[in-house]
Parts: sequence; structure tokens; C-alpha cells
Amino acid sequence: MRRSRVIEAWTYEPLERFVRESGARLTLVMTPAGQVLAQFGFARAVDVMAAAALGAAVFASSSEIARLLGNLEFSTLHHRGHRFGIFLGGCAVPRGRLLALVIYGEDSSVGLVQLFFDELVRGLQEAAPEQERSRPVLAADFERELNDSLASLFGR
Amino acid sequence: MIAPLAEALDRMTRVGGVWGALLVAADDGLVIAEAVMEGIKPAAIAALAASLARQSGIASEAAGAGTPRFLHLQGAAGTLAVMSAGDGLLLVAVGSDEMNVGLARLEMLRAIEAAE
Repeated sequence: MRRSRVIEAWTYEPLERFVRESGARLTLVMTPAGQVLAQFGFARAVDVMAAAALGAAVFASSSEIARLLGNLEFSTLHHRGHRFGIFLGGCAVPRGRLLALVIYGEDSSVGLVQLFFDELVRGLQEAAPEQERSRPVLAADFERELNDSLASLFGR
Repeated sequence: MIAPLAEALDRMTRVGGVWGALLVAADDGLVIAEAVMEGIKPAAIAALAASLARQSGIASEAAGAGTPRFLHLQGAAGTLAVMSAGDGLLLVAVGSDEMNVGLARLEMLRAIEAAE
């Protein structure tokens, strides 16, 4: 049985519940900068990194379009393909702003994903700790933290 | 189409025990049109009814019964009726456990005619 892999433990329960109920095939919970906090379903680190980077870029682009249209932001974005759909949703939690990238198949629907995404947001909001004070980023720390994160996400 | 459909959904809600009537996109589980009482969450009902219809369709096909036309789910505290409206659409009625399912089904058939 596939299980969620998380870097921040508080994301585990809400994510597990979300993937179980929505029927999502793949899910990433990340910051708007593409830093992954938790993942479900991905088998390779390179796929997580690519999906996180692309998801964050798509959300940034759509947010800019929203700004041009006079909206503050789009809260969710949905692309429907032939066999798979992509759902991208943003939310604010005490830890800061987060994005969820969800890939679902024919056994689910955007309505179902949206429904349980709202529950995921509530779960994350309840579980999230307060935002940590930001520290200066050092090159050595960055590489070590990146490697630690990938090890957590793939159990290595 | 919208005005007659809205009227048809409204008529469905006048059936005894019906709390809400919805036209739903079967593949997406999204609401196309709805007439629901306060406190009813149309998006949740649409998503779950579409999921139920999809799962029932798989079971029905596997059993050799073909595509389901009408689903009636009787719960301890409520009733859900789902009817295929063609073109990837579903008509959904949600109500109490005392919902008049026969009359609701009749109004659902009329609503589908109004949608065509």
C-alpha cells in the first residue's frame, strides 16, 4: 500500500485522509516557492522536484493573470486531460501560504478533489504550527536540507 | 434551456421530503444548476453523487445490467436519488428519509425533458 511521505510531520494526517477520500493518484503539498512539505504517490525524487517546480510556476503565472484581471488571486486551478486531471489549490495556514498539486484519474473527479481539498485545507490549518522565524540561508545548509528532504520523501 | 430547467428543479424541490435538486456533470462531479434548501451543500452532493453513479456504473456493467438509469440510496437519515440525464449529465434529488421517491422520480423525468 502506498503511503504519504512527509518532511513536516503535521502534514501527514491531513494528507493521508485527503488521498484516501479523494482518490488522488499523486499529491504534493508545497510552498509557493516549490519547497515540498509532503508527497503521496511519487516514486522518484526527480519527478517530485519537476512537479513541484512546474506546479509552483503554473500557480505563479495564474496568480499574475488574476492580478491583471483585478482579482486578488485564483484559489484553485484545474486542467482536465483525457485520462488524468490536474488540480492546483492554494491555502493559507499558520505556517504560511501552501499549494497542493493533485493528479487524479478516471476513478475520481474535480468535484471530489475540490470537496476533499477543502477538508485538507481545514486539516492543515488545524495542524500547522506557527511560522518559524526566517534564518539566513547558507549554501552548505541548503544542500544538506535539500538532501534531507529528499531522503524523507523517499525513505532513503 | 436555463429558465425551464430552473423551473423544473424548483418543481422537484416541492415534492414532499425533497431538500434539493441538482443537475450535475457526471465526469467532473460539478454543479451545473441547483435548487437547494439552506444548509444543503450542493458542491458536496454533486461530487459524491457523481462518484456514487460512477462506482455503481462499474458494478452494474460488471453484473451485466448495463448502465444504471436510476439510483435510489436510502440512508437512515436521508435519501438520494440519481438519474442519468444523458450527455454526461446527472439529475440528483436529495431529501429526508421520508422523501416521496416515486413522485420525485416523476419530476426528475420531467426535468430531463425540460433540459433537452
